[in-house]
Amino acid sequence: MSRLDTTFPRLRQQGRKALIPYVTAGHPDADITPALMHVLVEAGADVIELGVPFSDPSADGPTIQAASEEALRRGIGLQQVFDQVRRFRESDIDTPVVLMGYANPIERYDLLRQPGAFAADAAAAGVDGVLVVDYPPEVSGDLAAQLRRHGIDLIFLLAPTSTERRIRQIAERADGYVYCVSVKGVTGTTTLDIAQVRDTLARIRQHVRIPVGVGFGIRDAGTAREIAQVADAVVIGSWLIESLAGKPAAEALAAASDLIRDVRRQLDKDAPEQDQAFKTEYSKP
Amino acid sequence: MTRKPIYDQPDLDGFFGRFGGSFISETLAQAVEELHAAYRRYRDDPAFITEFEEELADYVGRPSPVYYARRLSEETGGARIFLKREDLNHTGAHKINNVIGQAMLARRMGKRRIIAETGAGQHGVATATICARYGLECVIYMGSVDIERQRPNVQRMALLGATVVPVTAGSRTLKDAMNDAIRDWVTNVDNTFYLIGSVAGMHPYPTMVRDFQTVIGRECLTQMPVLFKRLGMAKQHPDAVIACVGGGSNAIGIFHPYIEHEGVRLIGVEAAGLGLDTGRHAASIQRGSPGVLHGSRSLILQDDNGQVRETHSISAGLDYPGVGPEHAWLHEIGRAEYVGATDDEALSAFHRLSRVEGIIPALEASHAVAHALKLAASLPREQAILVNLSGRGDKDMETVMARRDSGGQP
Ligand SMILES: Cc1ncc(COP(=O)(O)O)c(C=O)c1O
Repeated sequence: MSRLDTTFPRLRQQGRKALIPYVTAGHPDADITPALMHVLVEAGADVIELGVPFSDPSADGPTIQAASEEALRRGIGLQQVFDQVRRFRESDIDTPVVLMGYANPIERYDLLRQPGAFAADAAAAGVDGVLVVDYPPEVSGDLAAQLRRHGIDLIFLLAPTSTERRIRQIAERADGYVYCVSVKGVTGTTTLDIAQVRDTLARIRQHVRIPVGVGFGIRDAGTAREIAQVADAVVIGSWLIESLAGKPAAEALAAASDLIRDVRRQLDKDAPEQDQAFKTEYSKP
Repeated sequence: MTRKPIYDQPDLDGFFGRFGGSFISETLAQAVEELHAAYRRYRDDPAFITEFEEELADYVGRPSPVYYARRLSEETGGARIFLKREDLNHTGAHKINNVIGQAMLARRMGKRRIIAETGAGQHGVATATICARYGLECVIYMGSVDIERQRPNVQRMALLGATVVPVTAGSRTLKDAMNDAIRDWVTNVDNTFYLIGSVAGMHPYPTMVRDFQTVIGRECLTQMPVLFKRLGMAKQHPDAVIACVGGGSNAIGIFHPYIEHEGVRLIGVEAAGLGLDTGRHAASIQRGSPGVLHGSRSLILQDDNGQVRETHSISAGLDYPGVGPEHAWLHEIGRAEYVGATDDEALSAFHRLSRVEGIIPALEASHAVAHALKLAASLPREQAILVNLSGRGDKDMETVMARRDSGGQP
């Protein structure tokens, strides 16, 4: 059982939606990531997606490409990412962490060690979910089995172009939550169409019983709130990364905190009145 | 064609052994499925095949001749060298064969916008050419490094009405152009056809591009016996077939019909750049390891973290850190051999063929010629080497002249 399996039911009970920030490991600074993750949680994040840098991120737009290239120049590979998660876990044993990246670094990791090494080391570091952008269900069988053995969820993408057959295929395999891509396009797109998202979600929910998050193209708190009204989770990626880019550590942390806090406030406007005990959970310093 | 082929690859999921497949994000799945369905529908459609053959004959000028390079062979003093003249095709390289096939598919699928990646610019020029001919919108992604070194082709594409988009990410060469083309495709799936220029990428591209390029080898199967007879050589097939390997499309195009003729050596020549042991090359088969890039598993040049490495070759068309999965497979089963030719060896072959035969080859094809010269010298006169002369060298004038000015070749 992964931390994801307790996070979503708890949120549902509270009548709240999950806020999932995405940051690229090692961006905007090689060592900032564990601190950044804590700041995100303090500001109201429920799950953290941590991007594993890759040299050829063909599903990503310019913002995440640039973040990825920067992280690579700083020598961030999977080992460093595991290390960052481990350090985060030293003082946060509750917040689920999902690694998001491409197939090749994972395959390489296992080829240079042994089959299943990635899953084992991810679990040891405290990872809860893995999303491999370029592993469609047809080729993800081995990885899924290895991850399951270690209690890690394999998370899948669905898109506006996904056919019913594919939605069903993914519904059968997906764990944790399903990540619904809001638009036809790469990350960082500027034209999110709420009506299209609604339509895609309706098609997905006919088959998918686990929570559905929406990401790609959420660039302001108002849109995040609108999306949260129809989805179980909102993912904030490029917008957050832009707000950190090029900033010294302290400023980057402050910017991340402000942005996520703002989104959290917007999302919680639609949550039922909360009792005092619950509120303080989110105002923890 | 009722006889079951001896060599029957790939499997239904596009795997050649452990290589190939379709490693794509969900955002592309539908577009790839749609393409696959169209290809399955038309590949054996008589009207499609007839139109393809007519286009190749009337517009490209096929069949391209096989030329016995007599002076070059005699000077080298060994096996006889034959050149499959893909450089004589319209637009100057083999690339157009595949472009016509895919553009015909695009039209049947109702896609009015074509995108492509290009390295040397030959695939870009061929694509821009066909788009002009079919009245389709054309957008070509090209690394900014390649734009610099293949200017004439950039100008040709513009002249043909294509938009050339410079790619400044990563290593600013072919692989990055491919990433950007994939991003465009994901964004504009509804009206856009991605016309990949080599046997790389996700299933079904490696198979489809191969099928469109095998016209090269099929022509050789009928041309070689005629030439051998004329020269009084008692054989049907060459002893060795040599081609340069970037993504591997011209090589698979000439290899494929010979795979089942086991006496024929198949030799792919990779760009050895400054040398195979300098780290400055593009020899994905000889120096690469299994990995996933651009939608398929193949042999790629990468570091221990699985990051794709920058490559180097004097020829933009070979400057790619991966290779078509079928080549990785042919290498693994030992049916084809893969060797390298350095920048200097390719340049030297470039000059030699120009001076001795009056044929100016593309720098890519010069790699194949370089190895043919080496191999020919070590073999007896009765043996025959068939080289795929994949393109002509007009586009490379700047690169070659710059080398000469800096004290390189004569
Ligand atoms: C003349 C020529 N030959 C060869 C190549 C390499 O491609 P492939 O290995 O797919 O034949 C290119 C690519 O641009 C080319 O222009």
